[in-house]
Amino acid sequence: MKKTAIFLLLFLIPFLDPNSYHIEILATAALYALLALGLNIIVGFAGLLHLGYAAFFAIGAYTYALLNLRLGCPFWLGLPLGMGVAGVGGVLLGLPAVRVRGDYLAIVTLGFGEIVRIVVTNLEPWTGGPNGLLGIAHPVLGGFNFGVDSRPYYWLLLVLVGGIAWVCARLRRSRIGLAWAALREDELAARTLGINGTRLKLLALGLGGGIAGLAGAVFAAKQGTITPDSFDFILSVMILAMVILGGLGSVRGVILGAVVLSVLPELLQGFSTYRMLLFGIGMIGLMRLRPQGLLGISQIRRELQRAAS
Amino acid sequence: MRLLRIQRLTKRFGGLLALDRVSFDVERGKIVSLIGPNGAGKTTLFNCVTGVVRPETGSIRFGPESGETLEGCAPHQIAQFGIARTFQNIRLFSNLSVLENVLVGTYVRTKSGLLEALLPWGSGAHQEERWALDRCSRLLEQLDLISFANRLASALSYGQQRRLELARALASAPELVLLDEPAAGLTFQERQELMEFLQELKKQGLTILLIEHDMKVVMPISDWVVVLDYGAKIAEGPPKAVREDPRVIEAYLGSRSNG
Amino acid sequence: MTPGDFFFQQLLNGLTIGSIYALIALGYTMVYGIIQLINFAHGEIFMVGAYLGLAAILLIGKVHPGLNPTAGLLLTLLAAAVGGGFLGLVIERVAYRPLRQGPKLSVLITAIGVSFFLQNAVMLVFGAQDRYVPPLLQVHRWQIGSVTVTLMQVIILAVSIGLMAGLQRIVYRTGLGRAMRATAQDPLAARLMGISVDRVIAATFCIGSALAGVGGVLFGLTYSTINFHDGYLIGLKAFTAAVLGGIGNIPGAMLGGLLLGFLEAFGAAYLSTQWKNVVAFTVLVLVLLLRPRGLLGERVAERA
Repeated sequence: MKKTAIFLLLFLIPFLDPNSYHIEILATAALYALLALGLNIIVGFAGLLHLGYAAFFAIGAYTYALLNLRLGCPFWLGLPLGMGVAGVGGVLLGLPAVRVRGDYLAIVTLGFGEIVRIVVTNLEPWTGGPNGLLGIAHPVLGGFNFGVDSRPYYWLLLVLVGGIAWVCARLRRSRIGLAWAALREDELAARTLGINGTRLKLLALGLGGGIAGLAGAVFAAKQGTITPDSFDFILSVMILAMVILGGLGSVRGVILGAVVLSVLPELLQGFSTYRMLLFGIGMIGLMRLRPQGLLGISQIRRELQRAAS
Repeated sequence: MRLLRIQRLTKRFGGLLALDRVSFDVERGKIVSLIGPNGAGKTTLFNCVTGVVRPETGSIRFGPESGETLEGCAPHQIAQFGIARTFQNIRLFSNLSVLENVLVGTYVRTKSGLLEALLPWGSGAHQEERWALDRCSRLLEQLDLISFANRLASALSYGQQRRLELARALASAPELVLLDEPAAGLTFQERQELMEFLQELKKQGLTILLIEHDMKVVMPISDWVVVLDYGAKIAEGPPKAVREDPRVIEAYLGSRSNG
Repeated sequence: MTPGDFFFQQLLNGLTIGSIYALIALGYTMVYGIIQLINFAHGEIFMVGAYLGLAAILLIGKVHPGLNPTAGLLLTLLAAAVGGGFLGLVIERVAYRPLRQGPKLSVLITAIGVSFFLQNAVMLVFGAQDRYVPPLLQVHRWQIGSVTVTLMQVIILAVSIGLMAGLQRIVYRTGLGRAMRATAQDPLAARLMGISVDRVIAATFCIGSALAGVGGVLFGLTYSTINFHDGYLIGLKAFTAAVLGGIGNIPGAMLGGLLLGFLEAFGAAYLSTQWKNVVAFTVLVLVLLLRPRGLLGERVAERA
């Protein structure tokens, strides 16, 4: 009930606030929320520290862009295809990576992320190299072209965030979610209880990758232009920061983290040149005050109380 | 009837021979104890049976007739065959609740996958969940943990954590359960309760392979005792015979005295 | 140029950049060795070191234009080492120490915060464009056959080898080094033996950061231009070098740095410049998959 009300309110914002700049910020925040939800499956649920998540975002974006530019594929077909290709990418890059543990996994994924970006930059005949791809078609829905207006993208992203958040919340409470939690806590004990660690980790990587691909396809359609610069290591790190800041594993938390970290720099706009400086200080300060994230342990406790009552 | 057959099992760690051609059988429905001084290879044997480490040579068969071949199987496959275990240094999922810890144990006996997780109208998953919850609450009740079901596992006392690990292993409805020093660190009262509980499990048809140092626990409840020393089996037999075996006495008194 | 000379020229180029990677990699590896933390802000310390070097050169040029070039170089290196070391101390105190008992990942976020802060602070002070680093010493070259050796390359090698030897001495011959090794083995036991673990960790950050500062100056003098973004890529590569050699292992960081330098130089020369960075990261991934503890890393049992 409460969730529906919040969702409706968010849906109505473009009518209440006609400022297109604000809507653009919100659309960007929603895009980040989608990415943070996807990465949360990998890092928060399954406990795999991934530092190359931007690669799946890139795979989704380039999949739709290439399908559209080469074959004239419409957005609504490109969206699931971008998701699928990025999901398969997540599993394939994960196959070797899940063999290593902990920090080493972080480094392998970082390496894969960089490799994907450099390959995209250097495969010029296909990807347009550093100049990227231009003229990617905007979505068309029932004769209505989304165009360059931020509002339809905001609505689309809002629906996607709502849907994916619902999926994540259900997943977390499911048998699979519990198995992920067990693997995260103590992999050896989990394996001796019959949990196939490799398969479940690959599932998390596939789902997380797929969600990034979904976000990538929307991003490509919204911008109309994509370049490899949009998918660098800094993006991977930012998304991870959103997940950790919001509270690992908490669905509401990571959405909140994404909104805070994407809106905060805009709010600091008044400080013009100092804003990223202040942003850096803010990240340090927030972590010192709440090392467990905004909705970390406290939320878990609340849920336990609710389950108990 | 034989449930587990271990034959000429050998495991080396660098220059150390942790297990040296160990062979013995575990009969179905019995309590078999594995004893021996520290470093005798008892936990390594458990690790081989549960797939945590790979033996160099030898075979492990589980089940009637020739049974399943365990050596070379991954831990999760072995769990699916119906073998569960506990650890010497308790390994709980400390940031999960007590109930959730036990629920993880039911993982091998449930099936719902991605689709069932996402379909709100799937009644199969719902029934399965009910079954798992029922099973877990029963186990928690039997082990006197039900009032802590929603606490974090790390908030339990030592003895409670040992019981929780046992509950988690039993939740997978195993045929054979391997307990690595379940009485270590327990009070006298808790030991008595544990012994009663293990005998109750035996009555229900469960087979138990036990590592235990405390002879006051081992002797009264074991049907069969296997003694390891420096990785090799030095004796096996009924508790009384083993206790009087000169090789066993020497292994124990020669290296260290043990209660 | 004969194929043989070409090969040696690349070997020399690889040795030069590899020494710089090695200097930075030492900081990653020392910190990881002692508290199992990947210091993601380390690349920015390198970058700040490069700018401190630039500032020192400009200052010397203003205050004392006729200064002996060798003295100028030493002063510049010293400024960057002291500045880098101090920065390392401050970062450890402000961003890492308060979170040492907290969740491991929260330190990652503060490290990212520190990186943002340093990048933007440098950008505000020195501007966002590339900055030209004036040469301290006259450009001097030697020709051996058709292979060119520059004075800068010789200096980089000499400084790197000197510093690594010094570090090796500190770690294996001094009380601080013993305390560092003890803390790396078991912080709790070290504390019980009367070692001030906090001080040892701070000293580790300080030394590693000073080395990165020196690396920054050498980098600026070699490539003549620096940018506030440089910390990211060079830092990442130095990190790769540390992993390649076996993270936590000091000789490993040196070996990894040099190997990565060679691989990049030969990759750029024999394959293509564009794919240079792919070479580095592919090597990184392959090493981790085939020999996860790095080349010199000890084989730790996979499962506890």
